[in-house]
Amino acid sequence: MRRGPWRLERGGIGIDRSRPLTFSWNGRPLSGQAGDTLASALLANGKRVVARSFKYHRPRGIYTIGSEEPGALVTLGSGARRDPNRKAPDVALHEGLQAVAQNCWPSPRLDLMSVNGLFAPFFVAGFYYKTFMRPASWWEPVYERFIRRAAGLGRLSDAPDPDAYVRAEASCDVLVIGAGMAGLEAARTALRSGARVMLVEERDWLGGRLGLEPAQVDDRPATAWVAHVAEELGAAERASVLTRTSAFGLYDHGMVGLVETLRPQSEQGLARQRYWKVRARQIVFATGALEQPLAFAGNDLPGVMLSGAVRGYVHRYGVAAGRRVLVAANEGSGVETALQLCDAGVEVAGVVDSRPDNQCKPAAALDERGIPYYPGHALVRALGWQQVRGARIAPLGNEGPMPAGLQTIRCDAIAVAGGWQPALHLQCHLGGRPPFDPERGIFIPPSLPDGHHHAGACAGVAAADAVRQSGRRAGADAAAACGFAPAVRANSSLHGDNSMAWGASDRLRIVPAIDGGKRFIDLQHDVTVDDVALAHREGYRSVEHLKRYTTLGMGTDQGKTANMLGLHALGEVAGVSAGEAGTTTFRPPYVPVAAGAIAGSERGQRFRPWRRSPVESWHRAAGADMITAGAWHRPRVYPQPGEPSSRAVSREAAHVRAAAGIVDVSTLGKIALVGPDAPEVVNRFYANGMKTLPPGKARYALMLRDDGLVMDDGTVARLGEQRYLLTTTTAHAAEVLSRIEFLLATAWVDLDAMVASVSDHWATFAIAGPRSREVLAAAFPDRDVSDAAIPFLAVREARFEGLECLIMRNSYSGERAYEVYVPADWGQAFWERALAVGADYDLRPYGTEAMGVLRIEKGHVAGPELDGRVTAEDIGLGRMTRRRKPCVGGVLRDRPALQAAARPRLVGLTPLDARAALQAGALLRATGKTGPEAVAGHVTSVADSPECGSVIALGMLAHGDQRHGEVIEAWDGLADRVIPVRVGPSVFVDPQGSRLHG
Amino acid sequence: MRIVCPFCGERDAAEFSYGGDATRLRPDEADADSGRWCDYVFRRDNPRGWHHEYWQHLHGCRAWLYVNRNTATHEIREVRMAEEHVARLRQEASE
Repeated sequence: MRRGPWRLERGGIGIDRSRPLTFSWNGRPLSGQAGDTLASALLANGKRVVARSFKYHRPRGIYTIGSEEPGALVTLGSGARRDPNRKAPDVALHEGLQAVAQNCWPSPRLDLMSVNGLFAPFFVAGFYYKTFMRPASWWEPVYERFIRRAAGLGRLSDAPDPDAYVRAEASCDVLVIGAGMAGLEAARTALRSGARVMLVEERDWLGGRLGLEPAQVDDRPATAWVAHVAEELGAAERASVLTRTSAFGLYDHGMVGLVETLRPQSEQGLARQRYWKVRARQIVFATGALEQPLAFAGNDLPGVMLSGAVRGYVHRYGVAAGRRVLVAANEGSGVETALQLCDAGVEVAGVVDSRPDNQCKPAAALDERGIPYYPGHALVRALGWQQVRGARIAPLGNEGPMPAGLQTIRCDAIAVAGGWQPALHLQCHLGGRPPFDPERGIFIPPSLPDGHHHAGACAGVAAADAVRQSGRRAGADAAAACGFAPAVRANSSLHGDNSMAWGASDRLRIVPAIDGGKRFIDLQHDVTVDDVALAHREGYRSVEHLKRYTTLGMGTDQGKTANMLGLHALGEVAGVSAGEAGTTTFRPPYVPVAAGAIAGSERGQRFRPWRRSPVESWHRAAGADMITAGAWHRPRVYPQPGEPSSRAVSREAAHVRAAAGIVDVSTLGKIALVGPDAPEVVNRFYANGMKTLPPGKARYALMLRDDGLVMDDGTVARLGEQRYLLTTTTAHAAEVLSRIEFLLATAWVDLDAMVASVSDHWATFAIAGPRSREVLAAAFPDRDVSDAAIPFLAVREARFEGLECLIMRNSYSGERAYEVYVPADWGQAFWERALAVGADYDLRPYGTEAMGVLRIEKGHVAGPELDGRVTAEDIGLGRMTRRRKPCVGGVLRDRPALQAAARPRLVGLTPLDARAALQAGALLRATGKTGPEAVAGHVTSVADSPECGSVIALGMLAHGDQRHGEVIEAWDGLADRVIPVRVGPSVFVDPQGSRLHG
Repeated sequence: MRIVCPFCGERDAAEFSYGGDATRLRPDEADADSGRWCDYVFRRDNPRGWHHEYWQHLHGCRAWLYVNRNTATHEIREVRMAEEHVARLRQEASE
């Protein structure tokens, strides 16, 4: 097996050298080891330029060892699976992984767009705002296209995401976020107390920094301790441990959003990622700390890397960041980094330590290894074109680095230690701002509501013992808050651990550019120290303005390695501390989350559960043109081959009036109401009088809202003394049921009655037309269907295949008609039987569109009229519902405004031109009047009526009941059409109702 | 948010639907005083903090519940069957 040129001969606790993996980089095969990340494998193969930056197309290398990576953004996969802007250190390597460098053409090393860098003086902060101003009409066609092509990161695939995702909801007593030393201790302690524990970790292994550098815990290697704790957690039923799982958002009341990567892509239908909504009683944050960079000229060159990452790549992956590494630090860890690298066999070019001489301890260990030490020096400039070739350093005087002492050191990598900052992003999602601790130079966690705990480095604790103690204490506190007795007594004396240097607060972070060159703050968005100063000069003083003007920290990394430096740069030009400069608002998500993960399986066909009529498959087989109505698919019309659908609708409607038709109305809401007080319930709930409704009869009824406006309409059928069947419109079925339940539970608690939905129990069909009784007789041969047996508005039992059915004689079309209720499982059998026996009487199916035509011809109101703004009087049902009895909405319907004579009232409208293209929604106004004041109503429903031989419409018109015969105009503003219409009664066909009995 | 349904135990908020303010007693339908009805239907406080609410366990047992919830933090102090709450309000009203 051939090892990559930068892979060390030994070391690498996280990789399995016996298991090589092949992956492709920019189309060429490369080899890595099991356990590698894409970043460690690229480094091992000597691939140092892996991306180009956003604005200047400068070369970008691997900068970090985690999800905070700002520069090494790559695109994974291809085709529909193209997954852009993935952070190389955050991608686990697997066999066959395809990765390409993005934002560069033709290759990351030779990128033609890097010509942008030559124009860098023009591409300063606010460049777009200043340059792409005029003319405004150029924005979309010219500027935006130019900017899109020149700047920007990876490209998404245009194809639908072929991967599957799932969503999960979970709850636990204690959720621990982060499985470093503190998180492991917290989880273990809470578990031992008896709590149900979830531990989530964004890497695919546990241990946090214990897995990235040599350490001992309890006198054994840290990895052994981590494995021991993991075993205890893994064996416990009350604990679950999720790796490769990022907590991306903290929300109210202990809710945390997680995204778990299950596999690189879906296999055999198994999901790629899982989106978790976890509701935890207590949350322990053990999110660790993020190392911060230094700003010096050329600090964005590939080869510059955070020192913790350099150590981590050596220890975990056996990969050297370079062959000769220079360490640049402003705190004490620089020496330690140099020693670790040297002991692992990496040549160290020196340690540049910007602390004053008197703070630097003599470094005998460096001397022993022959490593040059430069205390009181600063790294001023990294040298190199595509990657680091050397560095210029200078001694620090009172005024900063002294040009006189500049010297050049040969190196090909620079390990940068700018101090650490607790990772507080999640903790700030509830809106808190983290306070600044000037002594340690770090932001510390904001105060959070009860139930949130901090442990380890994110709490500002750094020394190993203190980290363990803080983890135990947080775990014990969290468990105790859930009512569990603490299993271990946590040492409470470890307050305010300042033992480990977070670094001096006055450390040198931004090195003056005495040797020229650009000093980068945000490597992803190419924001420099000079950009911050410029923004400040131009008046962008607030940190929130600075962020938006320069786009600092607005990349996919949310500025995890940029924001601190940005605040210090702003503080420097503004003459205040970083703490006074303040932080910007932290918002979810902490890491990018695929939109598909949030959608889960609810997309396309599964966007929401479909409700299906028992006869749906028949409708489809019959070639029905289906339409979605809420959660239902309904047959709109059954066109014959080659027949235009508008003609088919007219044909179906005319056929009902001429012979007989059957329509599927199974979608209607159906509610069973039973109990001794059921009659009182219907009487109070509906605006109509219901006391007089005898068993065996049904009545059309209107229900009002508490405010007196119409909520819905339907029929009330009294099946027995204490038994009712209530129907509702398709759209309001759920709402009406909930409303009755609400009234029974909160208002009419002394009434003895129960309701239940029976919508899914009954398949319901309306058989309408002059021959409908003959059809009914044929479908129910054993039953007397004469008018004496089933008079108008009767409800009767019947049997189909021995099953109990209902026949309700009412009419929506104005023709003689019957509604048949059949148990849903036999719905299709009955439908087919009815059509078979009905053939002798010319029975044909009709769709919802023809049903609409028939109801408009009869002036029956439906959804478009009952739009939540109408009263019973408005739709001409005032008299029917005006009973002297208390009912829901009965008091407030009498408010003066609802009884005003000028309210729009239901009218019928006939265009003077019978074929006019009248549309629902057109506004009604007096002929010749224009302007908003002239609008006196609107068109609600339009039908092309075969019976009238004309287009007809229903509408709501002010004073409409007194304007019959008047010609007004319907103004369709969208189509810019004015159509003269004659106002008339809303019933176009058979106003006497003689056909009901025909 | 999780709500402890008296019948079903602790369940995710996704199973419930909000059903309005529970601070006021609903007037009787026979009460023709439109002022009282207007008070009940329209005049509601929108507090930040503790609030009396009705919730329905819509995707569970369908029970209507009274929930004492903090609108700022979603903390829940008390859950009861709605009719117990109504009885309490009636008691208060009669005192």
